[in-house]
Amino acid sequence: MKAVLRHELSSCFTNLSGYVFGAFLLLFAGIYTMVYNLQSATTNFEYVLGSMSFVFLIIVPILTMRVLAEERRQKTDQLLYSLPLSMTQVVLGKYLALLTMFLIPLAIISLYPIILTAYGNMNLAAAFSSIAGFFCLGAALIAVGMYISSITESQAVAAGLCFVVMLVDYFIADLASMASVTAFGSLSMLVLCALIISGIVYLMTKNGFASLMCAAVLAGGTMVAYAFDSSAFEGLFPAIMEKLSLFEWFYVLIDGVFDLRCVVFFLSVAGVFLFLSVQSMEKRRWSE
Amino acid sequence: MIEVNHLCKRYGNHTAVWDLSFHIEKGQIYGFLGPNGAGKSTTMNIMTGCLAATSGQVRIGGFDIFEEAQQAKKLIGYLPEQPPLYLDRTPREYLTFVARAKGIRESDIPNQLSHVMAVTQIQDVADRLIKNLSKGYKQRVGIAQAILGDPEVIILDEPTVGLDPRQITEIRELIQQLGKDHTVILSSHILSEVQAVCQTILIISKGKLVACDSPENLERLFAGTATVNLVAEAPEKNIRGILQDISGLVGIHTKPMDDGCCQVQVELEGHDDRKACRDLFFAFSRANCPILQMSVAKASLEDIFLELTQEEKEEPAK
Repeated sequence: MKAVLRHELSSCFTNLSGYVFGAFLLLFAGIYTMVYNLQSATTNFEYVLGSMSFVFLIIVPILTMRVLAEERRQKTDQLLYSLPLSMTQVVLGKYLALLTMFLIPLAIISLYPIILTAYGNMNLAAAFSSIAGFFCLGAALIAVGMYISSITESQAVAAGLCFVVMLVDYFIADLASMASVTAFGSLSMLVLCALIISGIVYLMTKNGFASLMCAAVLAGGTMVAYAFDSSAFEGLFPAIMEKLSLFEWFYVLIDGVFDLRCVVFFLSVAGVFLFLSVQSMEKRRWSE
Repeated sequence: MIEVNHLCKRYGNHTAVWDLSFHIEKGQIYGFLGPNGAGKSTTMNIMTGCLAATSGQVRIGGFDIFEEAQQAKKLIGYLPEQPPLYLDRTPREYLTFVARAKGIRESDIPNQLSHVMAVTQIQDVADRLIKNLSKGYKQRVGIAQAILGDPEVIILDEPTVGLDPRQITEIRELIQQLGKDHTVILSSHILSEVQAVCQTILIISKGKLVACDSPENLERLFAGTATVNLVAEAPEKNIRGILQDISGLVGIHTKPMDDGCCQVQVELEGHDDRKACRDLFFAFSRANCPILQMSVAKASLEDIFLELTQEEKEEPAK
C-alpha cells in the first residue's frame, strides 16, 4: 500500500493535475479571505470555507479523473493485478495519496485564520472545526470521484461524469424545495427511483431476473409501506434529497456546530465509495 | 511448479479457453504456441491472476492464484502483451515502484535495480522518460519489471513482437540466460522463435491444448514415414518397376524432366532415413540408373503446427 501511495503521490507531482488542484483551492481561499475577512472585516473564517465549497465541483474532477481511468487506458492495471497487491491496498494507497494532495493546500489555508488574528479577534475554534469539516467533505467527494474514475477508461468521461455528479449533489438541496411534499408525490418519486436503480442493476449485470426482483422488492416495499402509513410519506422525498447533499451536511459545521454525525456521515460516504471502487476494480478481472 | 487444471474461460457465448490442463516443471523454458486468437494471452492472464477463470484452477508453487493470490503472485514475474509502463516516469522510478510493490526491502532495492538493469541492458536509458524510449527499450523495461525480485516463474507474453531482428536475437539470448535458473514461459505465434528457445512446446488451438512435448519429440512423432526426394537418370515409365521390391513403400510421385531424367518423391513407412536412402540407392544401382540428387524431407515443426491446428478447425464440422 505504501508503494502505491508513494508512486501515486509522485505522479500527482509529475502531472499537472496536482498543481492545478492546489492552485484552484488556494486561489478561491485567497479571494474569499480577501472579501470576507479583510474587506468586510468579519472575524469568521468559516464563512470563507462555506462560500468556497463550490470549488469542489471543479477541483475534485481534476484530482480524481486520471487516478484509475488512466491505469486502465494504458493497461498498467495489468501490472497492478499481477503484483502481489490486493485491490484494497491499491485503492487505499491511491486514495491516501489523493488525500495527501488535498491536505497540502489545506495546510496552507489553515494558516490564514492564524495570520488574521494579527488584525482582530478571530474565532479560532469555529475556524478550525470548519477546516476539519472542509477536509471531511473533500475526503468524501474525492472517494466519489475515485469511484467514477474506476468505472471508465477515459479521463474526459470520468471528469465530465464526476462534475455532473458533484453539480447535482451541490444543487440537490435547492431542487428538494421544488419537489412535491404530498405523500403521494413522495411515493411516486420513490417508486421512480426504485425503477431507475433496477435499470442500473440491469445495465451492470445484464440479468433480467435480478433487476426485476430488485424493482419488485424496492418499489413493492415502498408501496406496502405507503399502504400501512401514508402520512409518514409526507415530505419524505424532499427530506431524503436534502440528506443526500454532502454540502448541506457541511453547512451544519460552518454554522459553528461541530456535529459528529456530519463527520460520521462523510466518513461513511467515503467508505462506501472506496468499497465500490475496489469492487469495480475486481469486477474488471471477470468481465474484461 | 505450475499446475493448471481444467481451465475454462468464457466471454458471453464465446469460449476463449476450454478445459486446459497442463503441468509446468521447474527450471525449463516453455513455449506457448498457437495462431492468433488461440487463447494464449487469456491463459497467461489467468495464470498470473489478471483475469478470473470461468472454471478450473491454477496453482503456482502450491498456492492457488485466487485463494492465496498474494503468495502465488510473489512467485511470478509477468510481462503482458503490452508492457504495462507508466509513460511519464523514468525506468528507474518505475522499477523502484515495482520493487516496493513486490515487497523488496528498501535497502536491497538499489542492488536489485542495478542487477536487472544490467541484465536487460537499460542502464543507458534509466533516467529518460519511458514515453521517449524506443519500442525495444520499452519491451526491455517490461522484462526488467518481470524479473525484478528474482521470481521463480517468469511469464512473457509475446516478448519479441514489434522488435527489429537484432533486438529479437538479444531478447532471445536474454530469455535463454534467464532459463538457466528460472522457469520461463513465453508465448509466440512465431515457430522458429519457440523452436530456438524452448525446451518444451505447448501448442494451443481454439482454446485447447493440442500438443505438449519437446520440439525433437514433436518432430519424431510425425516422422513415422520417411519422405525422400530424388532425381534419377531414368525414364519415368521405368521408375515403378525399379522401386517395386522395396519394402514399406507407401507412395510414389514422379515427374519427368526435359533431359531424360525424372523427379521422384518416395514415401516409405517403418524406415529410418538412413535405411530408406540405402534401399533406394541399391534399387536404382541394380537397374543401372544413376541417382543425381537425393534428399530426405523432414517433417518440420511448421508442418506439425499446421497439421495440429488444422485438425482442430475440421473438428466442429464432424
